Amino acid sequence: MSFEKLVFYTFAAILVYAATRVITVRNPVHAALHLVLAFFTSAALWLLLEAEFLAITLVLVYVGAVMVLFLFVVMMLDINLVSLKEGFMRYLPVGLGVAALMLIEMILVVRSKAFDAASMPVPVRHAADYSNTRELGGVLYTDYVYPFEIASVILVVAIIAAIALTLRKRGESKTQNPAEQVKVRREDRVRLVKMATEQPERADSGEHS
Amino acid sequence: METVYLAIVLAPLLGAILAGLFGPLIGRSGAHWVTILGVATSFLLSVYVFKYMVIDGHEAFNGAVYTWLVTDGIQMQIGFLVDRLTTLMLLVVTFVSLMVHVYTIGYMHDDPGYQRFFSYIALFTFAMLMLVMSNNFLQLFFGWEAVGLVSYLLIGFWYKKPTAIYANLKAFLVNRVGDFGFLLGIAAVVLYFNTLDYAEVFSVAPTMADATIEIFPGVQWSAMTVICILLFIGAMGKSAQVPLHVWLPDSMEGPTPISALIHAATMVTAGIFMVARMSPLFELSETALSFVLVIGSITALFMGLLGLVQNDIKRVVAYSTLSQLGYMTVALGVSAYSAGIFHLMTHAFFKALLFLAAGSVIIAMHHEQDIRKMGGLRRYLPVTYWTSLVGSLALIGFPGFAGFFSKDTIIEAVHASHLAGSGFAYASVLIGVFVTALYSFRMFFLVFHTEERFDAHTRAHLHEPAAVVTVPLIMLAIPSVVAGYWIDPVVFGDYFGSAIHVSAAHDVIGHLAADYHGTWGFVLHGLMGPAFWLAMAGLGTAWYIYTRERAIADKLANRFQPLYRLLLDKYGFDRFNEIFFAGGARGTGWTLWKLGDVLVIDGLLVNGSARAIGWLSGIVRQVQSGYLYHYAFSMIIGLLLLLSWFIWFAPAHS
Amino acid sequence: MTLSDFLILGAVLFGLSVAGIFINRKNVIILLMAIELMLLAVNMNFIAFSHFLGDISGQVFVFFILTVAAAESAIGLAILVVLFRNRHTINVEELDSMKG
Repeated sequence: MSFEKLVFYTFAAILVYAATRVITVRNPVHAALHLVLAFFTSAALWLLLEAEFLAITLVLVYVGAVMVLFLFVVMMLDINLVSLKEGFMRYLPVGLGVAALMLIEMILVVRSKAFDAASMPVPVRHAADYSNTRELGGVLYTDYVYPFEIASVILVVAIIAAIALTLRKRGESKTQNPAEQVKVRREDRVRLVKMATEQPERADSGEHS
Repeated sequence: METVYLAIVLAPLLGAILAGLFGPLIGRSGAHWVTILGVATSFLLSVYVFKYMVIDGHEAFNGAVYTWLVTDGIQMQIGFLVDRLTTLMLLVVTFVSLMVHVYTIGYMHDDPGYQRFFSYIALFTFAMLMLVMSNNFLQLFFGWEAVGLVSYLLIGFWYKKPTAIYANLKAFLVNRVGDFGFLLGIAAVVLYFNTLDYAEVFSVAPTMADATIEIFPGVQWSAMTVICILLFIGAMGKSAQVPLHVWLPDSMEGPTPISALIHAATMVTAGIFMVARMSPLFELSETALSFVLVIGSITALFMGLLGLVQNDIKRVVAYSTLSQLGYMTVALGVSAYSAGIFHLMTHAFFKALLFLAAGSVIIAMHHEQDIRKMGGLRRYLPVTYWTSLVGSLALIGFPGFAGFFSKDTIIEAVHASHLAGSGFAYASVLIGVFVTALYSFRMFFLVFHTEERFDAHTRAHLHEPAAVVTVPLIMLAIPSVVAGYWIDPVVFGDYFGSAIHVSAAHDVIGHLAADYHGTWGFVLHGLMGPAFWLAMAGLGTAWYIYTRERAIADKLANRFQPLYRLLLDKYGFDRFNEIFFAGGARGTGWTLWKLGDVLVIDGLLVNGSARAIGWLSGIVRQVQSGYLYHYAFSMIIGLLLLLSWFIWFAPAHS
Repeated sequence: MTLSDFLILGAVLFGLSVAGIFINRKNVIILLMAIELMLLAVNMNFIAFSHFLGDISGQVFVFFILTVAAAESAIGLAILVVLFRNRHTINVEELDSMKG
């Protein structure tokens, strides 16, 4: 067994274990942590497949951002865990049955003559100075530049949408409205009152000086 | 000359447009002046055309004025064919129309729709002129329909009167039946001759005499017979032949001047004119001629009988028109086209006269039309009395009057014919003479002689109407007497020339011409014929019964109760139409409504589909549970199925 | 190390996430995680194909999937937060107001 195979099977085993835990643990925090483990092992497997950039991205973006977001939300929400786990055992057979059926079918597809995946030759390893990032960037900014821009727009939309969804007005927060301030007029602030002039009382004492 | 022909047609149209659209602007007198000027122009130009054509002997004019469209080689044009037949019709139509126009000034004096009426009658004249001057089937059809339309407008002129609306609808619908046949006939002409032009059709027609048509599989009919009978069905509608006659008596609901116009000059003569115009076609089919002959003789006799029991003065005249139209049709049936047209002409004069006289009586009696409430009017209405007498004598064919010549010629022609059905026709027209005399003078005596049967109030206002009424009467009385002496050129001479074609085998007029020795000889011959004595017998019977012994009439009515009822019922045509056609149509409509609309469309298609959708949604909405995992499951199941499909059915290509 | 090894690993991951959707049907957070797992399986396939076919486009696709998945989880979690704020639960069984 070559080293590569050893690495593959080790990480594959960890990945399957982590995925199994994700769907079976009671606590969502644990599930999220197991998902992080799954992402890490996947990243390692992707390195094996010479997709270094994506492996790093997966760790940075998914583990560093998305999963943190998940953990954040899980911890922020006060969830009643007991009720959420109800019926776990009841649906286990069905879930496993469907999953197994799907797995068998997919394996059949992979093994089938029509697909012929087994005959695919193992590609030659790239040289040590091969840069996956340069390669990917070269394609991304030339052939796929429009989808790339669209993806960025989607991200912006997602940011705005997420903020807009969760934004709420608090009654007690104090804010300024510059528009209101600019358009204010004198009549809004100053009130002119007409009244009779008041005569100062004639002071007799002053005559003495 | 083309300009003249155009002017003849367009002058009444111009009058009609002016009076119709600008009626309020030009006022009442303006309306009658423009229309009368229009029709008078037509009349004077017609006289000029007559001089040009008949006296100067110029060739007939046949040419297109305007090509509307050409489709598949068929030219649709507006064109004029002005030959001697047309000239005669022009004279009759414009003259009678002019008299009616003048008369209308008096008759419609107090009517609020004065301008509208003048517009309509001028339009009527225009339509009839288009019809008679046409040189192709399309324009003939245009005139035909225009006449039908204007008659609809005129019969329903008093549109607030329910009976008038009923009558004009009836006239319109019955004419539709006839026009349907007419249109089919024109279609058949186009099918076989591929042209609409008269001249081309007539020149090709003899070669088509043996053509056959197969309408029902296995039954071969002569194409000419089918064409002619279809065209004649159109004529039956317009010229009110049995069984499409039912609209004519009801058309009395319109004002009296229109009755005169419809019955004398314009509408009803259209059918007779058309058959005469189509003589080259009808001559090719003896079957069609026999059909025409039998229909005509039935109309001549049986419609005359109905005149005996009518009490409305206009209806009596209307039934006499039906009967006389029957005579004309009979003449056409025995190929005596010239005699038919001659009778059309004389009849136009004396029938217009009789109608206008009846109108005069009606004006004098303050719109009372029941002859049982008249009597003794001779003293109060001398002009009307004498002109009516002339008209009645002309109608019954008293020797020397116009009707005598034309009617006697027809009777002789029928006698001389050997066509199938001519025996029946001869008997019918002879009895018809007696009946005609009887009902004409029954009305005449009841109106002008006998004791006065109206109240003092009416008597106080009873006087001869104004000159605009009496002058047309006198003007019409003149040709009612003298038109008959024209028999020499028109019937026995060569007046029509090539305008009317009679094949040698049917040439009954030629046969009669052999025995014809001048007008006086004809009169003398007539005095010895049975027709004269029958007319005299009818006249005498009417005189005896209605001035001497009125009780006989009631006794006869009681004695022959079923027959009397039958006549009062007008042979049940109206009731039959009402029950069978109107009821049938209503029943069909009701069934279609219930089955088609309510059950199929509303019930099944509209509400049914809505209900089906509702039912389906009720089932489908169970799927829409709102639970997220249900949707996820269905997606996963779908994915599974897709995978399975891929495994089992994917093409193993590599 | 053949292509099918990676594909089968992806299939196993996918099957596990399907089973996760079935058995954690009530907890929306776990559902979202299962979906992330599913995307991971798909990405695994993409990268494997990209490697074995020598075509960098597969990695470009993974890049886009990562982008969209990040956006999706951001919005999904935002919705979850709003939902919890309004209903005080994330139990899917109680969320059936869209029922037909």
